[in-house]
Amino acid sequence: MNAATSANAAPSARNNVRRRIQPMRETLGTMRTTNARSHSDRRPIVRSLAGHLMLVVTLLACSRDDGSDAPSAAAAQRPAAQPVTTAQGGEVALPATTAGTASIVIPARDSEDGQWLMPAKDYASTRFSGLDQITAANVTSLKLAWSFSTGVLRGQEAAPLVVGSTMYVVTPYPNILYALDLTKPGAPVKWKYEPKPLAASQGVACCDVVNRGAAYADGKIFYNTLDNQTVAVDANTGKEVWRTKLGDINNGETITMAPLVVKGKVLVGNSGGEMGIRGWLTALDAGSGNVAWRAYHTGPDSLVLIGARFKPFYKSDQGKDLGVKTWPPDKWKQGGAGAWGWISYDPALDLIYYGTANPGPWNPELRPGDNKWSSTTFARDPDTGEAVWAYQVTPHDLHDYDGINESILLDLPWNGQTRRVLVRPERDGYVYVQDRATGQVLAADTFGVVNSTLGINLQTGRPIPNPAKEPKTGQVVREICPAAPGTKDWQPTAFSPRTGLIYIPHQNLCMDVESVEANYIAGTPYVGMNVKMYAGPGGHRGEFDAWDPIGRKKVWSIKENFPVWSGTVVTAGDVAFYGTMDGWFKAVDARSGKPLWQFKTGSGIIGQPITYRGPDGKQYVAILSGVGGWSGAIVAGGLDARDSSAALGFVNAMRDLPNASTKGGTLYVFALP
Amino acid sequence: MRNRGRVALLLLTAALGCDRTPETVLRVCADPNNLPFSDSSGAGFENRLATLVASEMHARVSYTWWAQRRGFIRNTLNANRCDVVMGVPTSFELTGVTRPYYRSSYVFVSRRDRGLGVRSFDDSALRRLTVGVQLVGDDYANAPPAHALANRGIIDNVRGYNVQADYRQPSPPARIIDAVANGDVDIAVAWGPLAGYFATREAVPLDIVPVSPQIDLPFLPFVFDISMGVRRADSTLRDTLNSILVRRRASIDSLLDAYGVPLLNAKRSGPTVAAAREPEAEAPR
Repeated sequence: MNAATSANAAPSARNNVRRRIQPMRETLGTMRTTNARSHSDRRPIVRSLAGHLMLVVTLLACSRDDGSDAPSAAAAQRPAAQPVTTAQGGEVALPATTAGTASIVIPARDSEDGQWLMPAKDYASTRFSGLDQITAANVTSLKLAWSFSTGVLRGQEAAPLVVGSTMYVVTPYPNILYALDLTKPGAPVKWKYEPKPLAASQGVACCDVVNRGAAYADGKIFYNTLDNQTVAVDANTGKEVWRTKLGDINNGETITMAPLVVKGKVLVGNSGGEMGIRGWLTALDAGSGNVAWRAYHTGPDSLVLIGARFKPFYKSDQGKDLGVKTWPPDKWKQGGAGAWGWISYDPALDLIYYGTANPGPWNPELRPGDNKWSSTTFARDPDTGEAVWAYQVTPHDLHDYDGINESILLDLPWNGQTRRVLVRPERDGYVYVQDRATGQVLAADTFGVVNSTLGINLQTGRPIPNPAKEPKTGQVVREICPAAPGTKDWQPTAFSPRTGLIYIPHQNLCMDVESVEANYIAGTPYVGMNVKMYAGPGGHRGEFDAWDPIGRKKVWSIKENFPVWSGTVVTAGDVAFYGTMDGWFKAVDARSGKPLWQFKTGSGIIGQPITYRGPDGKQYVAILSGVGGWSGAIVAGGLDARDSSAALGFVNAMRDLPNASTKGGTLYVFALP
Repeated sequence: MRNRGRVALLLLTAALGCDRTPETVLRVCADPNNLPFSDSSGAGFENRLATLVASEMHARVSYTWWAQRRGFIRNTLNANRCDVVMGVPTSFELTGVTRPYYRSSYVFVSRRDRGLGVRSFDDSALRRLTVGVQLVGDDYANAPPAHALANRGIIDNVRGYNVQADYRQPSPPARIIDAVANGDVDIAVAWGPLAGYFATREAVPLDIVPVSPQIDLPFLPFVFDISMGVRRADSTLRDTLNSILVRRRASIDSLLDAYGVPLLNAKRSGPTVAAAREPEAEAPR
């Protein structure tokens, strides 16, 4: 890349972003921590480094906290980062900004205020914390500071939030919200809020009764209940401000995702593609709870909110009413394609990004056609919901490859230019790098074992099918890789601007699909299909990898016995944290992948770690322990290990989990002594 | 352990009155809203069958109600909430089974006034008629008619009805039969007992015709034997139920007949129908 090309562009882009975010900063002022040491990550840390592939990593600050541009003590004392070698052999300079050389920029990134206001930490979904008290050098001394039982023994997938001096924790069904007072020893409960969702919703959820967390904005905590309600709770008092019912369990709908709050709108999508639902993303007014817009993911353009602004990059995504025409007549009405994963937001382009789930019904022969807009990435205007582009990742899904994974937004040096991209490690086993203004796929490289497709055609944007691995009723198809949960499911990745690496927790599973004996539902017998999942090549079921998005390759990989179903966080101390399904909470060196520290929690970990600065100025790391989810349903749901097709075949791959973990529901918080 | 379990399962001492004779209870798990099979008022043929079986055991019936969806067996029989489920396919994987007590078939359902006369999936009329089928929501699997039609390229004119449907309405799976009666579809393919029962309750006369073939190659059966389901280890109860099924065969046949369950081979076999339905003395497995 040419270091000079973006030298002039970078400052103006930054200013643009800062202007846009101005109003938001004011609304958040009241919740600022009293002793937040606002240090700006825009400050140059490393002056300059040579190298033909110089890569300067930037945290673009459009801060909510940057009232002062003076460097704080913390920033000034931060040790200079060391150059590392990328997979390409070039040197990486870390993290200078004003130099204006070609750089990885995280758009919409605040300077580090020590809080954790949304599960992804920032709108770019990096899950990167600028806190650096805990480092690769001292993490070995990390100790348990306190713990808290949620009282709910189901899969704990949520990320805790930290707003000011309060921590907020959402449980799986019955979706209790706890506020914990971080100013007092042991963080006692300030209040709890119980939305009391319908008990019957438990029977509708496909894969355990999880909840992936809450989001904070404007003095309120927003989250979703399993029975399709979005609630707003006063962050100080715990009083319900509003609740809005968005769907119906009688139609097979549930909600498990964490909302994202953008420009005064709470964005929420539904789950239940297995149950004959019709997917949507809905925006609610954060103040009133009124529905501002809803975009369906199947059906005519008018309902998908496709209009004049819609400019998909690839031909097969262009055309009128494809949400109807790519289905047999009327099948789109129960076409699945929920939105139960993650949403990112780019304030500069003013676009949200998210993906849709698999189409319904599962049997692909019943729905010939591309089945749009299932397994699709959408870019939409957050104010109106209008689609600006769409890219169908998996047309006519055959393997239950939802497309709901998180998009990490980065401004990446790419063939001599700076490209505004989204990077998404997808369920189908590819890391997609896409221009986030247009949807063009710049790269799609496998990060696990993939034989269900033979590659992604970058000219057409479409996967190259492998007919030998298509499941068909009445036939046995073996060794389909990845299995239905994909190479990576919901568990979110993290990106460090200091290392330039993406940290990917994922699984290594393949599956056999075959007809079995009769099954029975609602008095109707039918031939069941047996989906059996098992460890892929290598015999391990999980991995924690570091991926170089520019070099397009794996830098290091840690093999884990069980699927790594937890999220991850990476810090300015160059430590990455993740958890295992047998209960170990682990810290590894973000640069080398060297295991540094681990702690055995009471149950398997499938939650999302976070890190925050406590009222005492210390850095803490928090994680919910409590096995469950689709992968852990054998424990959380007490499934029979002999029923190998239970939990859609995942039980077969997890027969030994009950020996390794019992149910749990405990928050663990760690700090240096 | 097992003996203690048996006592707990079948014998309940009447509350507080400890000196009374222990009461025998047949604990049944059933869907509270799934006619013609069962409902919470006891109006289904599986309710009636439970009462019949209990009387043979000098027991009373105690119900645990649970929607028959994913997790039904796990949360009922296998969670020890009950000891028997009155209807499961004989080749069911999740439970132990009694001998089959009926064999039925998927059927074509159409309005008599249309005079369609469709008897086979290979009838070319199915390419132009609007055909209703039930869809199962998950597990790569689906009701056999959906596959049979798709295998023949009959897709565009097929309309799907969710087997699980909207549980707030009575008998959610019956919507597909309503659709035939009110003309939303020309013809539907549904499981026999469902079609047979609701066909007699619609405002217009409907024809019920078992589908052909009975097995679509390579392996897509439309005919299923139905048994009662018990826990695999519960051979004592299974044997008790098997002897009752033999002893009360005539009553059970007339019960099924009263509910309009299309019994396979019934016309051809006449009085020996029951024997024809019970090819082996022992249930598989």
